Amino acid sequence: MRGGEAIIESLKNMGVKTIFGYPGGQTIPFYDMLYDADIDHILVRHEQAAAHAADGYARASGRVGVCLATSGPGATNLVTGIGTAFMDSSPIVAITGQVPTHLIGNDAFQEADIIGITMPIVKHSFQPKDPDLIPSMIKTSFEIASTGRPGPVLIDVPKEVQEGELTKFVDTLIDTPGYNPTIKGNIRQIKKARDLIKEAKRPLILAGAGVIISNACCELKKLAETINAPVMTSLLGKGAFDETNDLALGMLGMHGRKVSNDYINESDLLIAIGVRFSDRTTGRLDSFVPDTKVIHIDIDPAEIGKNVDVDLPIVGDARNILESLNKVLKDYKVSDEVNNWTDMIKAKKQELLPRVTYDDVPLKPQSVIREIAEVLTPESILTTDVGQNQMWAAHFFDTQKPRKFISSGGLGTMGFGFPAAIGAKVACPDNPVVSINGDGGFLMVCQELATVREYDIPVIAVVLENRTLGMVYQWQSLLYDERHSQTLLGNSPDFVKLAESFGVNAERITKPGETKEALTKAIKDNEPVLLNVVIDSEEALPMLPPGAGINEMIGEYKLEKDVI
Amino acid sequence: MTLEYHVISTLVEDKPGVLQKVAGMFNRRGFNIDSITVGNSEVEGQSRMVITVHADEKGLEQVMKQLNKLIDVIKIKDITQNAVKRELCLVKVNVPNAEARAEIMQYTNIFRAHILDVSEETLLIELTGDKKKVNAFISLVENFGIKRIARTGLTAMSRGV
Repeated sequence: MRGGEAIIESLKNMGVKTIFGYPGGQTIPFYDMLYDADIDHILVRHEQAAAHAADGYARASGRVGVCLATSGPGATNLVTGIGTAFMDSSPIVAITGQVPTHLIGNDAFQEADIIGITMPIVKHSFQPKDPDLIPSMIKTSFEIASTGRPGPVLIDVPKEVQEGELTKFVDTLIDTPGYNPTIKGNIRQIKKARDLIKEAKRPLILAGAGVIISNACCELKKLAETINAPVMTSLLGKGAFDETNDLALGMLGMHGRKVSNDYINESDLLIAIGVRFSDRTTGRLDSFVPDTKVIHIDIDPAEIGKNVDVDLPIVGDARNILESLNKVLKDYKVSDEVNNWTDMIKAKKQELLPRVTYDDVPLKPQSVIREIAEVLTPESILTTDVGQNQMWAAHFFDTQKPRKFISSGGLGTMGFGFPAAIGAKVACPDNPVVSINGDGGFLMVCQELATVREYDIPVIAVVLENRTLGMVYQWQSLLYDERHSQTLLGNSPDFVKLAESFGVNAERITKPGETKEALTKAIKDNEPVLLNVVIDSEEALPMLPPGAGINEMIGEYKLEKDVI
Repeated sequence: MTLEYHVISTLVEDKPGVLQKVAGMFNRRGFNIDSITVGNSEVEGQSRMVITVHADEKGLEQVMKQLNKLIDVIKIKDITQNAVKRELCLVKVNVPNAEARAEIMQYTNIFRAHILDVSEETLLIELTGDKKKVNAFISLVENFGIKRIARTGLTAMSRGV
């Protein structure tokens, strides 16, 4: 068995059925061995899409996503995708080719120190210098990528190592004495949490991606219902708690739901689970929950106290901790004070529901999202790109189940949504997958229309066309005196013709009701489709300006109750 | 909060790139490293890295946690309070005349330093001690004109068992 075959064999042993990649000079040996292998390879049209697709695959399924690229430019093209996965704790394994060992350091053709380049944005990396090391390194990569706080792992394989014969196939885990993620929560801390919950009169829960990653959504629901506490989420926490549940308030943060932003500081206890308190979630730190006690549950001890000072930290796996917490809360009786608080919040929630009913032309993005929501089942997966399209989707779409809302949160990577949808669809072929994009970000990855056509991946790409780089445009409108520097896209392509040139069906949508109709048909047809939805370029989202506190939103927050 | 010097002793995997990872992490997170020393430890395949860092209490906590997160870092300990701290310094001093030579040799004796090399115009002196002692010696011989200084940075070990 040769090195490349050992890679394939090891991946199969890890349960991998599909990898996303793009060949090149230093991976020719691997691709030659792949030729006869029974593992699917999806040839993307740009390496960055391979990384995003692996990421989307991982987020949709909870399994490790795998991407592959050649050395040098192939590897550097993965960097944005690796960084995206790192910021959002997504388990991917990226395999890169490298120039032969004897040429490393000589500035050989297509040589790049990808281990060095990616060092700050990977959880760990390996470079096997001997084919015998490959099986262990791949197994260990999967272990590291998927346990504790998940993240990307890079394996950089020199060309001659791909070709070299193994003396034996040994895939024991490599000893990593410095890697011992804490899973079980400290029971003394958990009991203290119970005491704080018992004392609380106005409790709130803030759920993040950690709840989804650790499969703790049932435990979270149980906790929220036991203590009758309203639940808000971070962007990446969408789906951790059913947003159609009475107790769900929706997203918190820079473009959060008004009820969440307005009332979080009124709480006397915030139970934060699997969140890292990003600046986009908290707003200015000194006016974020200044008088509220904070319990912070997270698997990464470095997140505790990094941004927000906490009264009670519990380090460990969210599911494990919530199970224990629910156990010690068995005899908990909800007090009248808590009931009054939660009733008040529920009433405010109804009163402050954002407006999604419009029949304007050009279309309001809110109504487009509403129409999409009306068609999609709770099992459907929605991916977003980055910018206004992302915030409209996050704000106006109620996500009901975990792993059904996929978005680049931390790195905020434009061009993420469409390739991530490809990965999600490959992971979950039975779930409808819709990606919501802007016309700016979609053009960064539109070449992947070729991929969805070639492999018949029935992803539905919604392209909201406002011919602006909307989020920056909106900042310029609100904060930079309407000086729209370089945010007018001007002469955009005809997206329908663009899609059709790839053999992908497309439709241009300009009127109310058409989105719903076209999306229903697209899901039924089970074909890749592009829906080019023309929207009002002046529609902006209420937001926290930089440096503002969480309850200091600017911009008009239009309410559903005001619809006549 | 006030910035203070902290001495952190870490046990790390003896692998290529580990120093880069540690230094890179400090740089990326905006922590100020004063010095790093690395060498073999008592365990084969593991190195001991002694890092001095300038940080406030919260910064130090983050430094420790972020270091711990690196998979190649096995153990870390803040040994600022109860440790023997030493640095090796080589200094080449100008010797303008015999009088100066005698004076420098006297300082060398007082500081329990050693003369390693002698030329007509210079003396090469080896000195070990904590930062304060090394700084004090350097400021004494500065008047004669220092040609070159090479310092190792601090290494340290906790006292007792």
